[in-house]
Amino acid sequence: MFANIGELLVLLWRTLKALPLVFRHRRKVFDQLFEIGNASLLMACILSLFIGGVIALQTGPVLAERGLSSAIGGLVGLSVCKELAPVMMSILIAGRIGSAMAAEIGSMRVYQEIDALRTMNINPIHYLVLPRMVAISVALPILVIFAVLIGWFGGGMVAVVNEKIGLSFQAFLSNLRNIVDIGDVLNGLFKSFVFAVVIGIVSCHQGLITIGGPRGIGRSVTKAVVNSIVLILILDYFLTRFLLYFEN
Amino acid sequence: MSDEPLHIEPPQHSVRVEIKGLRKSYAGQQVLKGIDFEVKRGEIFVIMGPSGSGKSVLLKHIIGLETPDAGEILIEGESIDAPGVMDKYRLAMVFQSGALLNSLTVLENVSLYLSEHRLKPPDEIERIAMEKLEFLGLKNVGERSPSELSGGMKKRVAIARALIIEPQLILYDEPTSELDPLMAVVIGKEILALSERIHVTSIVVTHDRDLAFGIADRIAMMHEGNLLAIGIPDEIRHHRDPLIQRFLTADFNLNEKEPA
Repeated sequence: MFANIGELLVLLWRTLKALPLVFRHRRKVFDQLFEIGNASLLMACILSLFIGGVIALQTGPVLAERGLSSAIGGLVGLSVCKELAPVMMSILIAGRIGSAMAAEIGSMRVYQEIDALRTMNINPIHYLVLPRMVAISVALPILVIFAVLIGWFGGGMVAVVNEKIGLSFQAFLSNLRNIVDIGDVLNGLFKSFVFAVVIGIVSCHQGLITIGGPRGIGRSVTKAVVNSIVLILILDYFLTRFLLYFEN
Repeated sequence: MSDEPLHIEPPQHSVRVEIKGLRKSYAGQQVLKGIDFEVKRGEIFVIMGPSGSGKSVLLKHIIGLETPDAGEILIEGESIDAPGVMDKYRLAMVFQSGALLNSLTVLENVSLYLSEHRLKPPDEIERIAMEKLEFLGLKNVGERSPSELSGGMKKRVAIARALIIEPQLILYDEPTSELDPLMAVVIGKEILALSERIHVTSIVVTHDRDLAFGIADRIAMMHEGNLLAIGIPDEIRHHRDPLIQRFLTADFNLNEKEPA
């Protein structure tokens, strides 16, 4: 995986250089956005509802026992928006969209469709990579906004329903509002944007270097998903360290 | 004023291609071992040989999909590596599998070159694409997906997609592979008809002997990365090289006894 970092950066640089052409490829960007939203929105909402709920369930009774039930809103609020929503949504998108990107571009490579594009003087980076990169970089942060709101709602619901916590929804929300500010949400959104770029570039790159037949496509899909998840988790730590400087 | 008649250069529909000392290796294995030949303007030049002889790799070099380890490819005397040369000439390739984009309809595939480069207004692009499809006997397939087409239809759509470039050189990679004999004849006739109607230079890579002798102006025989012979079909047919004769006369002979 790390042997390809140089190639990934070159591909990223070429994609960034092609950004002025994005308006020209807007139809493909919208198609990709629809694809991502259609494939992931419902799943993202269900996932985040349960993530918020389980955080409240794990921490709520312990905090309530020690008379700290007022802190549950803040704890759920911060952990969902700064960490869980961006990371879990990115992993979900790596699995659903990254794999699809690697498979689609990989099969185009194997079945000579990319060669055909090149013979027509159509740059595969402009035609295939750019729209996917732009779409995923826009779509993932939007999905994270949904995930954060629904995750908070899930946490609040558990805080209300669970008898060991027994908090009112208003109390949960007011504590959340006191502790979480817009900077925390933006922090998570920034992370998800970086993760989107990682998923997009890793998946497109894997697709473009696919060799062999259907087995090669399968290998590329697996590599795209695994490499994206590993990079997301490693980058998450360093991004968190980096963003902490701005908070202090 | 001079009395000399005004000389007007006719529009050039075809190009001359020269291959000089082309070599290529993959993972230490030599695939092209110094290939030299010239294809004249408007000629149908067939490169024939068994599978794995390096024919398709050679074709990929001519269209610029591969870069050689040594040697050069010249179009109208200009190296294809020189800046702007590949943009100056209109080259097209018809791939073995057709290589149609499965995410697009047939019509979108055919019009892809014009629409991506925004060379004409959308209405006109559609009209030209329909015209090319009809030219190849493909009516009412524009809205279909390539996956719904038969092998022969896919090949003809691929030829239509190549024609929309108004090419000066068309490269065909195994145009009759995976086709039944009747469809192979249809495709062979299309290649001949195109050459006559638009005077394009054609380089055809094939191991189909009937196609090669049916359409070629000249044939080059390839074997394991080497060119064994170049000549008009009759010269190749009567060539004395045993490898060429073995390739040309290979047949099922059920009465022939296996060597002990």
